[in-house]
Amino acid sequence: MSGRTLYDKLWDAHLVREDSDGTALIYIDRHLVHEVTSPQAFEGLRLAGRKPWRSRSILAVPDHNVPTIHRERGVAGIDDPVSRIQVETLDQNCSDFGITEFHMDDIRQGIVHVIGPEQGATLPGMTVVCGDSHTSTHGAFGALAFGIGTSEVEHVLATQCLIQKKSKNMLVRVDGEATAGVTAKDIVLAIIGEIGTAGGTGYAIEFAGAAIEALSLEGRMTVCNMAIEAGARAGMVAVDQKTIDYVAGRPFAPRAEQWEQAVTHWRTLKSDPDAEFDRVVTLQAADIRPQVTWGTSPEMVTSIDGRVPDPAQEADTVKQTGMRKALEYMGIQPGMAIADIKLDRVFIGSCTNSRIEDLRAAAAVARGRKVAPGIRQAMVVPGSGLVKKQAEDEGLDRIFIEAGFEWREPGCSMCLAMNADRLEPGERCASTSNRNFEGRQGAGGRTHLVSPAMAAAAAIAGHFVDVRDLV
Amino acid sequence: MEKFETLDAIVAPLDRPNVDTDAIIPKQYLKSVKRSGFGPNLFDDWRYLEPGEPGQDYSKRKLKPDFVLNQPRYRDARILLARENFGCGSSREHAVWALEDAGFRVVIAPSFADIFFNNCFKNGVLPIVLDAAILDRLFAQVEATPDYRLVVDLEHQTITTPDGEKLSFAVDEFRKYCLLNGLDDIGLTMQHADEIRAYEARRKTEAPWLFA
Repeated sequence: MSGRTLYDKLWDAHLVREDSDGTALIYIDRHLVHEVTSPQAFEGLRLAGRKPWRSRSILAVPDHNVPTIHRERGVAGIDDPVSRIQVETLDQNCSDFGITEFHMDDIRQGIVHVIGPEQGATLPGMTVVCGDSHTSTHGAFGALAFGIGTSEVEHVLATQCLIQKKSKNMLVRVDGEATAGVTAKDIVLAIIGEIGTAGGTGYAIEFAGAAIEALSLEGRMTVCNMAIEAGARAGMVAVDQKTIDYVAGRPFAPRAEQWEQAVTHWRTLKSDPDAEFDRVVTLQAADIRPQVTWGTSPEMVTSIDGRVPDPAQEADTVKQTGMRKALEYMGIQPGMAIADIKLDRVFIGSCTNSRIEDLRAAAAVARGRKVAPGIRQAMVVPGSGLVKKQAEDEGLDRIFIEAGFEWREPGCSMCLAMNADRLEPGERCASTSNRNFEGRQGAGGRTHLVSPAMAAAAAIAGHFVDVRDLV
Repeated sequence: MEKFETLDAIVAPLDRPNVDTDAIIPKQYLKSVKRSGFGPNLFDDWRYLEPGEPGQDYSKRKLKPDFVLNQPRYRDARILLARENFGCGSSREHAVWALEDAGFRVVIAPSFADIFFNNCFKNGVLPIVLDAAILDRLFAQVEATPDYRLVVDLEHQTITTPDGEKLSFAVDEFRKYCLLNGLDDIGLTMQHADEIRAYEARRKTEAPWLFA
């Protein structure tokens, strides 16, 4: 019998029961909850006269709707009454069911996928779910983490379990060393460019290879975060010393004897050398240059020195239609140099790129420079109150403000524009977020996905520019 | 959940790949704390000329005449033909709620995103995967034939075209059972509560830090 993959091990450890047709019941260790996808689940629970199976497994935070200015007013500071009701509903549900929640005025509040790891609420070997597709982020810790719909949120609340069938195993190996200026974001965009937005559908992806091992946990979170943009519900990276060092001492992490016991177990969380994968994809890190998306799907991506492709060159007619619609929406022409694309706004933030390392990378580019006059707005939105404080302790806020960036309060913000931060129709944005879908950052808005360093460089230049020429 | 047995309905074609859940239901409508009422905002950015906001009088909004679902011939459609990777992106179940609220009970595509696919079954909507080549043929037939209908039979796992051709499709046995009977799967899982408790007891010894 061949060895097991990391995914196999995590699956086996959480299997409560399995039917002959492969339908399985999987136990969930950590349930993260936010205000947008949970109200109907709590309502369903109440209507059925049920209560949460294990309230202590749940950590809740409002993040999607929260404003990124005037936070001193708390929930009352949310101008949109519909948004306010949603946050109040979360507060009420958490209070009714005894669930730990970081409220809007808590320094620990932030984007759910930033605060889980930050608090040690995400641990290696766990199953982690949340009613949010970017839950794949937590796989960076050698956890099995994936997004679920609201009906499944209710199912996990009621039973602590999920009904699932096992996915297939995919290994994405990035060999060698990435060159300076090429970040985790560029690596994952290059992977999506290679396998496509549906390439990982039906798979759990393990990211491995020297270039992944070389990443910090922040970088690994960026990569796993976008596994869903390659179609995979779960992405993961094996546990190593960096993982254990990151978790050590965090508020929700185990202590004393249990810590030793946990670490011994965590060190087994990697694929066996003879484990077999259903699909293996290999990239060379040295080939990856800073990436910029040009279309309305994350797979529509090229390098900073590239050009907008021509749909006429695409043989597949369905893809060709998709490309034409994308170019029309984005308002750019085939053959145009990526570096000639001019921008209106710059957004640095989101669960993909709002951690301290991301802010440091952007600040390193912004330091001593000024945002270009043509840029209407450049904003930096830290991933959590604690990331914000650390950045301020390091003086990053001053660097951004002096360069002409706005320094905001934590939340999902303009990644999906559920709060007041959004693009106007036709505006073009360099964004460190994860989706360039039509209207994602505001109806009619045009999004180009890039790394934090590339976003900062674009803000300074007013158009896309190779960050490697700036640092 | 409403049962799904058979459906004989008008078909509408949505001919573009990678239709994401942001397109199916834009973010401003996710602020609702309810499960219903999303139908008028299905494909909102494609359906209307101006961006919308929750609570608007939708009957006063101007429609984009060229959007396929605005064409009178597809007004009563309950089956949607789609392309690769339908429902990709955000996990928002609101996307399925909007389709269901607008009358759609079946989506046929060459492939679906995993979370969307899963969400469909929780809401009495049947997602059917067919070969891209068959989809090409169905798209051509729908566009060429006014009032084009398909008959979807879940029990026998068949789709019948107007000229009597029967296409078969695959569906997971457990999901089929839930859909045919309109079953709430929480109730089914609760039948295994003793097994869940036994698992927890074992894990508390193996991995006590998870229960601290």
